[in-house]
Amino acid sequence: MRKRLFLFIAIGWVLLIVGDRVDELRVYQGASIAVYVIAIGSIILLTGYSGQISLGHGALMAFGGYVAALCASNASMPMWLSFVMAALVTGIFGAVLGFAAARLSGPYLAGTTLAFAVGLPSLANQFSILGGEQGIYLDPGLPPARLGESFSQYKWFFWIACLAALITMFWLANILQSKYGRTWRALRSNEVAAQLCGVPTGRQKVLAFSLSSGLAGLAGALLVLTISTVSPSAFPLSLSFALVTGAVVSGIYDLKGVMLGAVILVVIPEFADSVASRFGDSLKITSTLPGLLVSALLILAVLFTPNGPGEKLHHLRHKRKAHSG
Amino acid sequence: MSLVVSNLNVDHGAIRAISGVSFTVESGKIAAIIGANGAGKTTLLRTLSGLKSASAGSALWNQHDLFSVKPEFNVRHGIAHVGEGKSVIAELSVEENLHLGAIWRKNNKEMKATQLDVIELFPRLGERLKQRADTLSGGERQMLAIGRALMSKPQLLLLDEPSLGLAPLVVEQIFQTIKSLRDQMSLTVVLVEQNALGALEIADTGVALNLGKVVVEGSAQSMLNDPAVRAAYLGY
Amino acid sequence: MYKLLSSLLIGLSLGAIYSLMSISLVLVWRSTRVVNFAQAGQAIVSTYIAYEVVNRTGSFWLAFFAAIIVGAILGAIVDRYFMRPLFKRVNSGPIVAIAPVVATLGLLGILRAIVGFVWGVELKPIAPPVSLDGFSLGSEVLPFAPYNALVIVIVAIVLVVLSLLFQKTNLGLSLRASAYSPEIARLSGIRVNEIRTLGWAIAGAAGAIAGILATPTSYLSPNSLDVLLVFGFAAAVIGGLESMVGAVVGGLVLGLGVTFVSNYVSTSLIFPTAFVFLIIILLVRPSGIIAGKGSRRA
Repeated sequence: MRKRLFLFIAIGWVLLIVGDRVDELRVYQGASIAVYVIAIGSIILLTGYSGQISLGHGALMAFGGYVAALCASNASMPMWLSFVMAALVTGIFGAVLGFAAARLSGPYLAGTTLAFAVGLPSLANQFSILGGEQGIYLDPGLPPARLGESFSQYKWFFWIACLAALITMFWLANILQSKYGRTWRALRSNEVAAQLCGVPTGRQKVLAFSLSSGLAGLAGALLVLTISTVSPSAFPLSLSFALVTGAVVSGIYDLKGVMLGAVILVVIPEFADSVASRFGDSLKITSTLPGLLVSALLILAVLFTPNGPGEKLHHLRHKRKAHSG
Repeated sequence: MSLVVSNLNVDHGAIRAISGVSFTVESGKIAAIIGANGAGKTTLLRTLSGLKSASAGSALWNQHDLFSVKPEFNVRHGIAHVGEGKSVIAELSVEENLHLGAIWRKNNKEMKATQLDVIELFPRLGERLKQRADTLSGGERQMLAIGRALMSKPQLLLLDEPSLGLAPLVVEQIFQTIKSLRDQMSLTVVLVEQNALGALEIADTGVALNLGKVVVEGSAQSMLNDPAVRAAYLGY
Repeated sequence: MYKLLSSLLIGLSLGAIYSLMSISLVLVWRSTRVVNFAQAGQAIVSTYIAYEVVNRTGSFWLAFFAAIIVGAILGAIVDRYFMRPLFKRVNSGPIVAIAPVVATLGLLGILRAIVGFVWGVELKPIAPPVSLDGFSLGSEVLPFAPYNALVIVIVAIVLVVLSLLFQKTNLGLSLRASAYSPEIARLSGIRVNEIRTLGWAIAGAAGAIAGILATPTSYLSPNSLDVLLVFGFAAAVIGGLESMVGAVVGGLVLGLGVTFVSNYVSTSLIFPTAFVFLIIILLVRPSGIIAGKGSRRA
């Protein structure tokens, strides 16, 4: 635990320094990566550990985003409080959802969460307070004066997002190693056996769902921070798919690979953009290539590295040992 | 026409379920395969059928290599397998279950004629043609399973524990039916049974399996008289 | 009075389309134990091809039959060259539980991307073969149009054809037997793998019909059938996921429910309504309206 603490603090320092040295675009991407790290972490918790699949985490992010936006602009709460509210309220909502989800498994859960993902954004049009299609504008304010004049807004976002990511991932890593994590893994492998061992499986599943939702809500709030608005179009169905892909690619059973998945998710649209500018016809390519890459990646990951890229490395290392031994 | 099994090895992962099993069944005879639970009897049948692959050895029926085709082609070579546990499809009617056995021939007229023959053998099925299979009693379901196998007009019949879970009177009926299949239709039968006594009484030859190996082999009569077999499998 | 009548009729028309998508999902579920999310992708490809046919020949019916054929072929290809190799490859470890779901999702994404690339993402129309203007009843104009009536008729015909296929033909018997018990079917001489592929082809055709019938009343885009997939799935679950009858009942119940809520309460509550229906059924009567054997767990 202490080792991990030092590790995270070290990473934090590195990020601090990096954030100072790189340009605006990279810093913005860095913030996006941090957001994805939290969101993918939430999926690893829910699917990799407690074995419940969700195709609707994009909608949960939207939920958190709206909560944060409403808190900040309508209720004029300070930013950090809005984030806490986003995580909390989404977590509670997740508990409700989780209660229904606990009774479902496999395709039923997948389809239900899919319905949720497709349906939730349409609610934005129903209530005027949610701002309809344009959404709500969120004024994040300027970075604190003492950080100096040249401290740009995006750098500020980057620091906040990274801090949030570090804190939540530290917490998540701990909880996954704890008895909760072990209980969830037992659940996932064999629910009946777990029940026979006296594990309150229903409660544990709801807990996992709730925590996962809270994380997703926080990620959504941070995403809203970086783009300064929250609207239905910021959280399309493809986001939910992308999160699942990111989780599978990074190794859904282990938190270690989470950065890989997050980086890939940020890189893909950039890659698509550069391909588009090379070949002209940009709208077609930029709108379809990311989806194609994400989907293809998902299938390849399931086929070839179902337990994460760590598995392949593991095999390579063992092969070498066998040869030399 | 005979069934020749040679040096069969079958593995369940790292465990050898069947080891060096060889036996021959002459045409038109009943061979009883007996042994305790877990001796490998069902595995043997499933391997002959192609549902499980052998790691070594061969099985020839009439010079046809049983392992050269997928299970669904067995019926085209005159082999029918009735799996354990009254293998009928509960959601289908009795008639539909019977039809299943003959569908592959794609000849509806022939199917109807064969169905009449099967009903003659099992009149109770004839009374319940339109009923769902899960409304039948255990014995009737076993008859239906055998009936379905007969619909494919096999020459070799593989039966897996037909007496399992049935009342003694019904068991007697089933065994008599199997006997008449050999006597009247000249079917070759491989009969896997836990009910060793009943099986050996109607069989011509017997094979006793233990832990996947053949431990006793011979005519059914000699096995019935063999004190070791009696002690191990017949209980007296 | 008119509101009731029109709600009923529109609900039936909508429900009919949901039923078809639901049947497609149930067919695949029963034969392969997989919810084929890619069905929306298969249907969208079929519908875009139908769009091409309509553009080049001006005939809706030609396009309709083209969609059916493409849908069937696509369904067969997905089973034979995607699902079967997938199952062979991924058969151990905890990934087995989520692999098929994730794989069909991936396929959905790929199909949508292909369609978007070839045809672009702009909305495209498909002209219906009959009028979209509502019937006049006395001095009132119902929102129910000849096209909606046509949809009901077409779906009814498809349902009759499918029932006859499944209940009265040897092929149908093979399909059912392979779904209920692949091993017994195999031992009876049925070529289970080929039959399963045929089942996927039929499912693909049904999904394609649903897609092309749903489009004239709105528009065509790479994402336009996502909604249909969700509603089709909800309908399948409501109906019990185990039988054709259930799929149809689920579709009609959902179609009527959504329409009534839309007309009597509010139009933007369509999704939440479907979602609530789904949740209620899953909590209260998990085996669906038409309860069948087998558990809901997998």
